[in-house]
Amino acid sequence: MLETAWIAWRNAAIGGALIGLASGGLMLFNGRIAGISGIFHRAAEGSREAWRWAFLLGLIASGLAMRVFFSPDETASNPNITAYLTAIVAGLLVGFGTRMGSGCTSGHGICGLARLSPRSLLAVLVFLASGIIVTAVMRLTGAM
Amino acid sequence: MSAMLSALAMGLLFGAGLIISGMTDPANVKGFLDVFGAWRPQLMAVLAVGMMATWLLYLLARRFAHPLAEPVFHWPQSTIIDKPLLLGAVLFGAGWAVAGYCPGPALVAAGALNPVAIVFVLAMLAGSFAQRAMAK
Repeated sequence: MLETAWIAWRNAAIGGALIGLASGGLMLFNGRIAGISGIFHRAAEGSREAWRWAFLLGLIASGLAMRVFFSPDETASNPNITAYLTAIVAGLLVGFGTRMGSGCTSGHGICGLARLSPRSLLAVLVFLASGIIVTAVMRLTGAM
Repeated sequence: MSAMLSALAMGLLFGAGLIISGMTDPANVKGFLDVFGAWRPQLMAVLAVGMMATWLLYLLARRFAHPLAEPVFHWPQSTIIDKPLLLGAVLFGAGWAVAGYCPGPALVAAGALNPVAIVFVLAMLAGSFAQRAMAK
C-alpha cells in the first residue's frame, strides 16, 4: 500500500516535469501559453493558426500512441448509459466554464501560476474549491 | 514549419506527461478532489513540479528577444478579476469533479479512443459554442 502511494507520487512528479517542459517549451519556441482550453476554444471557432491544431494533434496522438503501444484495452469495462450521461453534463460544464473563465488546469494552473498571476491563482483556488465541494456533496448524497 | 513541428512536439510531450502523471485516469482525479473522503493527494505533485519547470523555462524565455520558432511572444495581458472569471472557474471545477476529466486529459483519453472521453470532448465543444452564443 505504501509502495503504491510512493509510485503514484513519483509518477505525478515525473509527469509534472514533462508537462512543465512542454508548457515552458511552447513559450520558448512558439511564444504561446499552453492553455489547453483556450487552444481548444479558439480551434473550435475555426482558428487558422496552425500551431493550435498542431498542439492539439500532438495531445490526441499521445493518447492514441499509448493505446497502440502500451495498453490495447485497459480494463475493457463497458461504460453504461449513466457514464455517458455524466460525461455529457460534465463536458458541457467544462466547455462552458473554461471559456467563461478563460482557462483550465493548464492555462490558469500550470502557466498562470508560473507567471505568478494573481488572476490565475484566484481562478485555481476557485476551481479547486468548487471541485472539492462538488465531490463532498456527491459523497454525502451517495452519488460517489 | 518549425513552429508547427515544435507545437506538435510540445503537444506530444504534454500528453505523455498527463498519461505518466495519472491525470488521464478519472479515478485518480476524483480521489484527488475527495479531500473529505478517501483523499489521494499525489496529483498535487503534478501541479507543483509542472509549475516550477514552467517557471524556470519562462525565466529562460524572457531572456530572448523573440521565441525560437516565431517572431513574437504572446504573454497574457489581462489582470482583470471579474464575475465571468470566478463563475467560469466554479462551473469548470464542478464538471471536473463530476467526470474526473479536465480538457487536456479528456483530449488525450479521446485520442486513446475511450468512448466516454470522446463523448465528453463533444459535450465540451457544445459547451464552448453555448458560452460563445450567450456571451454575444
